[in-house]
Amino acid sequence: MAEALLEVRGLSRRFAAVDALKGVNFSIDSGEVHGLIGPNGAGKTTFIHHVCGALRPDSGSVHFAGRDVTRLAMHERVAAGMARSYQISNVFRGLSALDNVALAVQGRPDAGGSFRFWQPVRSERWLFDEARGYLDQVGLGGRGDALAGNLAHGEQRALELAMALATKPRLLLLDEPMAGTGQEESARMVELIGHLARHVTILLVEHDMDAVFRLAGRISVLVDGRLIATGAPEAVRADPEVRRAYLGDHL
Amino acid sequence: MAFYRPARHQKLLVVGLLLTLAALPPVLDAWGQPFYIGFATRVLIFALAATSLNLVLGFGGMFSLGHAAFFGAGAYVAAICMDNGLRDALLAFPLAMIVAGLLALVVGAISLRTRGVYFIMITLAFAQMTYYLFVSARVLGGDDGLPLTGRMTLGGLGLNGDGALFYMALGCLALVMFLLGRLADARFGRTIQAIRENETRMEALGYPVFRYRLVCFALGGALAGLAGALLANLTGLASPNLLQWTQSGTLLVMVIIGGVGYLYGGLIGALVLLCLEEALAGFTLHWHIGLGLLLIGIVLFAPRGVAALFGKGDG
Repeated sequence: MAEALLEVRGLSRRFAAVDALKGVNFSIDSGEVHGLIGPNGAGKTTFIHHVCGALRPDSGSVHFAGRDVTRLAMHERVAAGMARSYQISNVFRGLSALDNVALAVQGRPDAGGSFRFWQPVRSERWLFDEARGYLDQVGLGGRGDALAGNLAHGEQRALELAMALATKPRLLLLDEPMAGTGQEESARMVELIGHLARHVTILLVEHDMDAVFRLAGRISVLVDGRLIATGAPEAVRADPEVRRAYLGDHL
Repeated sequence: MAFYRPARHQKLLVVGLLLTLAALPPVLDAWGQPFYIGFATRVLIFALAATSLNLVLGFGGMFSLGHAAFFGAGAYVAAICMDNGLRDALLAFPLAMIVAGLLALVVGAISLRTRGVYFIMITLAFAQMTYYLFVSARVLGGDDGLPLTGRMTLGGLGLNGDGALFYMALGCLALVMFLLGRLADARFGRTIQAIRENETRMEALGYPVFRYRLVCFALGGALAGLAGALLANLTGLASPNLLQWTQSGTLLVMVIIGGVGYLYGGLIGALVLLCLEEALAGFTLHWHIGLGLLLIGIVLFAPRGVAALFGKGDG
C-alpha cells in the first residue's frame, strides 16, 4: 500500500456560531484520485482552504509528504508541492494565457525567485517554452496569445488547471473544476483530469456526481462539517448514512 | 489594470524629451527668465517623488498615505550631511536613499500586515509619527527645519548654479525612469503587478507575496528619499512640512492626475499639477478651486489619468 501523501488529523474550525469543520480525519494516498463530495454548505471549500493553507484550523493538523505543514503559509505549501485550482476562475485577465502560465512557472522554487530587476521576462525563453508545454497538456496549445479575460469559460477552467500544473505539484487540489461548464466542456475536463491522474495525486471536490464516480478511486463524504464516509465508490454509494444525507439527490 | 508594456516608440520619444529638457536652462537664461529654471527643477524633483509613489501605489497596489515620511527623511539626511561637513552628493544622496529606504522597510514590515483602509491609516500614522519626531527634535531645528549652508557638490563640481542643479535633477530622474522601465518589464515588475491584481492567486502560485511587496515599498521609499535630498538642495531647507500628510496627499494627487500604474504617470502628474499651481496662483489666491475642478474633470473624463489618454497600456 502506498504511503499517505496528505494526512489531516482532527481538523476543526469554528466561524462565529458555526462549526464549519468538526474533527475531520482524512488521508490521501500517493497516486490516487480522491473525490470529496457533500451537499451545499457541507464545508468542502472550507476544507480545501485549510489543506492549502489559506485558513488556519482551530485545532488539528495537516501533514503533507511526511511533514507537518499546519503552520506553513500557503506559498510555502505550494513550494512543498501542493497546488490548487479555484471554484471561480481566478486567472490574470489582463495577461495572455501564455503569460499566465509563465507566471506560474516563474513562481516555482526551481525558477530562481523573482528578485530580478533588469532582464525582460520576455527574453527568458525557457519560462515560455515550459508554459507552452502546460498549455498543450490542457488543450489550450493554440490559445496562448489570447488574453485570459477573452477566453471562454471552459477555456479559463483549463487555463486555471495549466497554472496549477505549472507549479509541478505532487498533490493537486481541484475545487469544482467543472463548475459552470457545459456538457461537452465537462466531458473534456473529465478526460483531462483522468489523463493528469497518471502523473499526480488529485483531490477532487465536485458537484458533478457522474464525473466524481468515474474518476475517483476513493470517495469521502462531508456532511455538515463531519466526514461521514470514506471508501470505494460502490461502498460509498451503498452507505445508508450517505443515502440519508443525499435523500432525493441523484445518488 | 493593464500590465506594463514598453511602448513601441519609447526610445525615440525619450531621447527627444531629454534633448528638449537639456536645452531648457540656456533657453530660459537667454529669454531672461532664470526664475523658471528653479521652477523646472522643482517639477523634475516632484516628478521623481511622484514616480516613487507610483511604484508603490500603481505597480505594487499599495495605497500608502505616508509616502511623505520618506521624502522628508531624505531631505533631512541631506541637511544633516551638510551640517557635518559631508558636502558631496555622491555620498550624501545614496545615504539619503539608504536611510529613507530603511525607514520604509521598517514601516512596511509592520504596515503590510494590514490591508485596505487599515493600511492607509497605519501608513498615515507612521508618517505623522515621523513628522512629530522631526518637529520636536531641537537639534534638527524643530518647527523651523534645518537649513543647508549652500549646495552640495557632485564629485568636484559645484551645484551652485541653477542650471547645475537642474541637470543633476534631470540626470537622477532620467536614470530612475530608465531603471524603473527595466524593472517593470522584468520578473520583479511582473510579480508586483500580478500581486496588485490578485494577491491570493499569487500566493497560491507559491509567491511569498509579503516579501515582494515589502521590497517594492522600500524601493519606493528610497527613491522618495533621493527626491527629498534634491529638494533640500533646491530650497536650501529641510522643513518638517515635507513630512506632513498633506505632502503625501499632494504626491497622491499627482499620481492620480498623471495615471496610476503608468510608468510616466508620476512625471505627467507633477508637471500638470505644478504648472497649474504656478499659472493659477498668478491670477488668484483661490487657485485650489481650479485644482479641484481639474481633479473632478479627470476623475470623470479620464479616470485612469492623463497618461492613459496617450496610449492603451503602454508608457
